[in-house]
Amino acid sequence: MILASFTDDVGNVLVWAIWVGAAFAFIASGIAVISFGDPFYSALALIVNLASLAVLYLLLESEFVAAAQVLVYAGAVIIMFLFVIAYLGGRADTPWVGGPRFQTVGAVLAAGAIAVEVIVVVTLKAADALGSVHPISASFGSPATVGRLFLSDHLLAFEVTSIVLLVAAIGGVVLGRSVPSEQRAEAE
Amino acid sequence: MSGPGIVAYLVVSILVFSVGALGVLVRRSPLIVLLALEIMLNSGNLALIAFSRRFADGDGQIFALTVMVVAAAEAVVGLGLIVAMSRQKVDLDVDKLTSLRG
Repeated sequence: MILASFTDDVGNVLVWAIWVGAAFAFIASGIAVISFGDPFYSALALIVNLASLAVLYLLLESEFVAAAQVLVYAGAVIIMFLFVIAYLGGRADTPWVGGPRFQTVGAVLAAGAIAVEVIVVVTLKAADALGSVHPISASFGSPATVGRLFLSDHLLAFEVTSIVLLVAAIGGVVLGRSVPSEQRAEAE
Repeated sequence: MSGPGIVAYLVVSILVFSVGALGVLVRRSPLIVLLALEIMLNSGNLALIAFSRRFADGDGQIFALTVMVVAAAEAVVGLGLIVAMSRQKVDLDVDKLTSLRG
């Protein structure tokens, strides 16, 4: 009995430690993404951001979303970003601060206002309502559960999603095409 | 559920969202603006997953996966635009993109 409660405590402390580490890495790497001058380092910081976000998903017991997140982002989106950054070479670099100084101050104030407002509202008004957490079954967040939801209640979303992806793929091809033939004829 | 409650996840989510918003507003490189947009979408996803866990309902996860697809599509189109800009020898600076201004 004592041993059981002891292992529970150790497990709880471990979860807290992992959560604090992941949350800190999530925020710090987010700040790193927007503060590097070289987009290559920003893209690398985004990898840390996505990895710590996947840890937070796992702590929320959403295993399939965590796996999909790592696959889609680390496997596809980041590679695409790194490819474009390498393609552009040094032309993508920009110094840190843009625009006149008052714009920067305004942007910081706006972002800070969003954060403070929502944190105050959530902690003061919603903390009680969100305090209790519903118990979940063992299959919560498993691929089977998510797949069943996608093919039953959310079939329309699933189909629309595939159309969105198709349109994005076509858009990428159209945008990435070399100079259209009429323009080339004019140049000649 | 052991560990921190839902409110802690929401606070982290809004902090990172405001960091992303700051990046979109302050940075001039379109590549970093796109990266900051990804951060904003991801922090929104974290809030969706946290609510999904709170109500023990899988709908939030479906939402998060759909947002992920939209983010991937946005990255494709955005990077395509950046490559097209560099082909047209336009400066990669969002403050100098004024050719559509009336």
